[in-house]
Amino acid sequence: MSVVARLRRVERSFPNGVNALGPLDLDIAGGEFVSLLGPSGCGKSTALRIIAELLIPTGGELVWPQGKPRIGFVFQDPTLMPWAIIRDNVRLPLDLESVPRAEANARAEAALKRVGLEGFSGAYPRVLSGGMRMRASIARALVARPQLLLMDEPFAALDEISRDALNEDLLRLWREDGLTIVFVTHSVYESTFLSTRILTLTPRPGRIASEIRPVAPPARTSEWRLTGEFALAAREVSLSLRNAMAKAA
Amino acid sequence: MTAASRIMRALLPLALGVAVLLVWEAVVAAYDIPRFVLPAPSAIWQALISDFPSLMASLWTTLRITLLAFVLAVASGVALAVLFSQSRIIEMALYPYAVVLQVTPVVAIAPLIIIWVGFERIDLALLILAWLVAFFPILSNTTLGLRSADHNLIDLFRLHGASNWQILRRLRLPSALPYLLNGMKTAGGLALIGTVVAEYGAGSGTATGLAWRIIEAGNRLQIARMFAALFLLALLGVTIFFALALLEYMVLRHWHESAVAKDI
Repeated sequence: MSVVARLRRVERSFPNGVNALGPLDLDIAGGEFVSLLGPSGCGKSTALRIIAELLIPTGGELVWPQGKPRIGFVFQDPTLMPWAIIRDNVRLPLDLESVPRAEANARAEAALKRVGLEGFSGAYPRVLSGGMRMRASIARALVARPQLLLMDEPFAALDEISRDALNEDLLRLWREDGLTIVFVTHSVYESTFLSTRILTLTPRPGRIASEIRPVAPPARTSEWRLTGEFALAAREVSLSLRNAMAKAA
Repeated sequence: MTAASRIMRALLPLALGVAVLLVWEAVVAAYDIPRFVLPAPSAIWQALISDFPSLMASLWTTLRITLLAFVLAVASGVALAVLFSQSRIIEMALYPYAVVLQVTPVVAIAPLIIIWVGFERIDLALLILAWLVAFFPILSNTTLGLRSADHNLIDLFRLHGASNWQILRRLRLPSALPYLLNGMKTAGGLALIGTVVAEYGAGSGTATGLAWRIIEAGNRLQIARMFAALFLLALLGVTIFFALALLEYMVLRHWHESAVAKDI
């Protein structure tokens, strides 16, 4: 697999000099679903923002071996514009890139359909449930056809039922689009279910403690979630995370 | 709210007002209170009818200056707030002076402004004074609103290569809208107060607004006329407030928590 993004000894310290992240060495290959798993405050969101070039590393560098890909970003909160209807929210990346209005509208509607929100394009965000808002937020990230999708604990605030449904839909979208996804989470089960590779991070400063490639059947489904195989895989991830904590302490 | 409680909400203050007027009328009649101390509501009504043309002309003068000052305050306040949001240095340099203008009582500045502008252009002096009073709530509210845009959304805009202008127009200005509309409700009332205070400052017959009618009626002990002018002034203030509250509701009703119907 070809490397899409490479972090070379990337560090980020607070203004007071305390190191929050790194040094971090990480290659992200095309088509991977990488989870960064760690406790709150370990700098995993910081790592994601550095990859999005929203933050500049205070040390090391970020390299795009194949040129900078198109990037989509999904935040923990849906971060929709409350004054705009769902379609206009989803259309935002296209508007900023001056895509003609008619084409942009058609693409926004298509993206909404893919996340199961057809029929809600004229609604204001406030009338939607938390799960539906997150779906709109994912549609907005997908509408500009990103190659690299960065997700910062996107489902952390959702109930388990919505979260499971969104996990399955996210895997479908990942496969359909051949996306590369970097997914920040603090949920062992979520990362086990979704990822092709899990990186556990130590508490501050966040460093990679272990790397796990969970054994997963080709099509991860809600049934797989109920098997003993899944429970064992999650156990392995959980143990690895515990070791990472112990290493730091 | 049920239909019954809605009706009560409208009827209750109305009934109280009518009751107070009736008691007022009865007390004035019963104790034979002189007209130059406390005129009966019926006498005030008569004054309102007989002086209607001159009172309306004065009302128009006051209203015109108030509205113009308000529009200027909104335009300049928003423009300056936008400038502040784009340049921290300009904000640091100018903001203290905006505060100084705000905290200096308009009554104290009025004579100076009137002398500078000249009695022959008294309307302009009144306009400047009313604008001075109405300007600050627009500036401070809009500045706060422009700053309160969601930081993650700003990041998202940047991620998609948005220019500062795009962030301003598509994100910061809509985010500031609820703050601006709230500032406008304050500024609308203040523009009227500013105009009236400035008219008092100008005094001596050069201004012809409602404040002057009140001074004039007071000097001649035409207390009923004074009440009539006062009534119109209060009516004007209430109308301005409700017009702006309605505007706020119309603009925000679909999306802002303050305005949406609690229907679920």
